[in-house]
Order: sequence, then structure tokens, then C-alpha cells
Amino acid sequence: MLELRDISKIYNPGSVTEMCLFKNFSLSVKDGEFLSIVGSNGSGKTSLLNIICGSIPIEGGQVLINSEDVTALEDYKRYEQMGRVYQNPALGSCPNLTLLENMSLADNKGKRFGLGRSINSSRLDFYREQLATLNLGLENKLSVKMGELSGGQRQAAALIMSTLTPIGFLILDEHTASLDPKTAELIMELTDKIIKSKNLTALMVTHNLRHAVNYGSRLIMMDKGEIVLEKDGQDKNDTTVDDVLDIFTAISIELGN
Amino acid sequence: MSSFIDLSVGTVTQGLIYALLSYGVLITYRVLDFPDLTVDGSFPLGAAVTAVMLSNGVNPYLTLPVALLVGAAAGLITGLIHVKLGVRDLLAGIITMTALFSINLQIAGSNLIVDRSTDTIFSAPATMAVFGGMALTTRKLVVSLLLALVFKFLLDLYFNTKSGLLLRAVGDNSVLVTTLAKDKGKVKILGLVIANSLVALSGAVVCHEQRAFSSTMGTGQMVFGLASVIIGTTLFRKLPFFKSTTAVLIGSIIYKASIQVAISIGLPANLMKLITAVLFLIILILGNRQKKEVSVHA
Repeated sequence: MLELRDISKIYNPGSVTEMCLFKNFSLSVKDGEFLSIVGSNGSGKTSLLNIICGSIPIEGGQVLINSEDVTALEDYKRYEQMGRVYQNPALGSCPNLTLLENMSLADNKGKRFGLGRSINSSRLDFYREQLATLNLGLENKLSVKMGELSGGQRQAAALIMSTLTPIGFLILDEHTASLDPKTAELIMELTDKIIKSKNLTALMVTHNLRHAVNYGSRLIMMDKGEIVLEKDGQDKNDTTVDDVLDIFTAISIELGN
Repeated sequence: MSSFIDLSVGTVTQGLIYALLSYGVLITYRVLDFPDLTVDGSFPLGAAVTAVMLSNGVNPYLTLPVALLVGAAAGLITGLIHVKLGVRDLLAGIITMTALFSINLQIAGSNLIVDRSTDTIFSAPATMAVFGGMALTTRKLVVSLLLALVFKFLLDLYFNTKSGLLLRAVGDNSVLVTTLAKDKGKVKILGLVIANSLVALSGAVVCHEQRAFSSTMGTGQMVFGLASVIIGTTLFRKLPFFKSTTAVLIGSIIYKASIQVAISIGLPANLMKLITAVLFLIILILGNRQKKEVSVHA
């Protein structure tokens, strides 16, 4: 269970460019829920994820993970229970380390990074097996430097890496936005498969309304720091892309873009 | 001819001793992507404590672990200033370096000369027992080579541990380290600690070799380390199995040799730092050019 209670977020407080994004914003995501978040640029989608992960400070309110108040907890400590995949495939792995070294790093999450050998050769088969589920042939590229792989391959590996160790929550920050349409579809299907098989609670920010409608168990649309549309359960299943697009367009026209 | 050989042996010895410093810069500049100017202060710090200890009759071998420790402390301070107080990397190093200038003088009192009769690691009984049959210059070469190789292998081992892998990850993509639930600040501090302990060790060995500490001996050492790292890694870029530590070790010798050549052809010693700077600029430009060619071919 993930909860945001009465969050207020002000950008550039005290300056002429002060902008209040969230005022008493609340949201809760139940265990096992897969929440898609859509909205135009500046609506607060990514800020929402950053607040949950502790990447940006907030001016008021509380963040709770499994009923524990983590508002004052540093970002890296929150990631003990969370995985995150970014829009930029470069952020999900280390370009100058090999795929194997990257997998090994991800595999050691939650454990001590001491003076033991960096690569545990008994885990090789497990890494290959995990990478093979991607059907990208990455299981044969363990010794290749991450930076030499394509954006799609890196993003796929980042997805595997972020969910390699047991976590409760998966944060997806427009993780298909910088990929070509075919790769984006592939990554989206894989994401769905992993979330279901590992029974993760997921939050996905996306600009792809079709992904938001076709995947996930709940959908919200955000505008100016507020939830303007919410579809859950059967209501979500009955929702079509056109329904969402109509509302999206209406908001955009209101905003004048 | 024999003076030429002496000069060459001396230059290689220097390169080997300064390789220890270059390993430190390899960690901060290459691995952590942290331009660490603490080096210009931690290098003479190692020399200052060594000069004082030698002058007071302390076992010369003991100066080496002590230098490692005081260097570690210097790195720790830069790390804390940067990570905990949020001062920019370059400035954090400059602050520690500036403070160390006074601290080094406090430790040593003034510029120090270690008496000729005092044993150093090159002339102490244990060294003489093994390498006693050699001439002093050869003995210096062999002992320096041993030190450079021992620390090279230790670093190679460390880079292959989980802690070493995390250190490499922080410089490569610190965002990933955060999502691995690790404090990237702590990892950076650890890197600065290891790097500056090696730099201070290098300063200590220089003090053994020259039997002197001077308060200004740190000036330009960061540039020396950078140049060695860039020469080494640029020359051996095409050889993927060539370890970066080996590349830096050779880079350090090449750079010392090129400065020696510049002096030998008659450039006045007063122009030394100018030569160092110009050489460094040339190396940087050549390094960048090669990088561009690589990216064009890619």
C-alpha cells in the first residue's frame, strides 16, 4: 500500500516564479494495483513519482509506504522496496560496465557491497534465463558493454535489472517514450508480464493513452496537480482510448494548446 | 653513457613512484568522475609526516601505512565537504588542499631535509638483506617497482570486488546506485579516501627517495596524475584486456620521461611547470582528437 496524504509541492518558493503544483493532493495505491497515470506536460505526473521516490522535497503532507511514514526518509533508502525505470534508457544501467556487471549490481541490491567477488559465476545461468525472457538475444551478450547496446535493449535490461530482487513497488516513468513503436510495444508487454508474474504494485506514467487504457487495473488523468479523471475495475475495462482522448483534448483546448 | 643509464633509471624510478599518485587520480578522475584537487595537498602531506617520522628515528617502513592513513583522512575531509555540506567537487578539493598547505607546514615545521645517515625504505636493514648487492640507484628502481606493482595488483583485486564494482557504478551512473538503495555519497567518500591514501603514499616514497619535504612539492601533482592517466588510457584504449592500472603505470613513466627529455635538451628548470602545463595540454588535445575519431567510426 502506497499513500500520499495532503501533499503540497511548490516550485521555486519565495521567488517571482513560484508555482504551486500540488495543494492537499492525496492518492492511495493498493497492493497489487497497476496504476496508469496520464496527463499533459506540466500536469504533475513525473513530480508525483519523484515525490514518492523522494527525489524532490515537498512542502507539506506525508508519504507512506506500507503504512510507514517515509516522508523524512532519504531517497536511496526508499528504493529498498522500490524499483524504477526511467524514460531515458541511459539512466537504468551503467554504460561503461558490461551487461554481466550490471546484472550483478542489480542482483546484489539489498545486500552488502563488500569485498566479495563482484561476479558470482553460479548466478550466470539465472541471469541468462532472466534475459532470455526478453527474446532479444541479450543472454548471449553478457560480456558486451551496456553502452554498446541499443536503447531498446538497454531499456529491456533495465526493466529486468529493476525487478531482479524482491521489491514491492515498480515505478515506471514514461519508460517506453523514447523507444520506437515496435520496441515500445515489446517493452510494454514485458512490463505487464513481469508485474503480473511477480505480483508487483506498479505506477506507470505514460503519454501513450492506448498503453494506459489497455494495460493496468486503474487509470487516472492529471491536470494542474489534480486528478481529473479516474477509472477503476470494470469501469476501467469498459473505457476505450477514444473516451480518454476526448477528455484529454478538452483539457488541452482549455489550456490553449 | 653511464650517466645516461643513471638518468634513465632515475626517471623510470620517478615514474614508478608517481604511478602510486596516478592510481589515485585514476580513481577520482576516471572512475568517480571527480576532479579532485586534494591531491596537491595530500601528496606533500604524505611527505611531511614521513620526513618528521624519519628525522625522529621511526622505523622507515612504518611511514608507509601512516602516510596511507593521513592521506585517507585528507580524502575523507574532501568527501565530507562535498557530500555532507554540498560544496562542488572542484571547490571541496581546493578547500582541503589550501588547508593542507598550512597543516603540512605545521607538521614539518618548515621545509625539512632528512639526514644522510638516516635509513629510508631504500636503505633499511630489511631492504638491504634482500637487495643489498645492488647499487643504490638500482635498489631504488627495484623497490619502487615492487611498490607500484603491489598496489596495482591490490587495486585490480579491489575493482573486482562488489565494493569496487559499486565505486565504478557511481562514476558511471550515480542514479542507478541510488535505485540500488545505496547512498552514492558514501561511495564517493570511499573513493576519495582510497585515492588520497595512495597519493599520500606516493608523497611518502618521494620523501624517502629525495630525503626532503618541501611545502610547495604538491603544486601541479594533480596535473601530473591526470596527464599520466590520460596518456595511459589513450595509448592502450584499443587493447580491451589491458588493465587501466597497467596503462596508468606506463603512462606515469612516459610522462616523467618526456619531462626529463624536455629538461635534458636544455629547457631551464624554472620553466618546469610551464612545460608540464603545455605537455598536458598537448596530451589532452591528442586524447580528445582520438576520442572524436573513435566516435566517427562507431
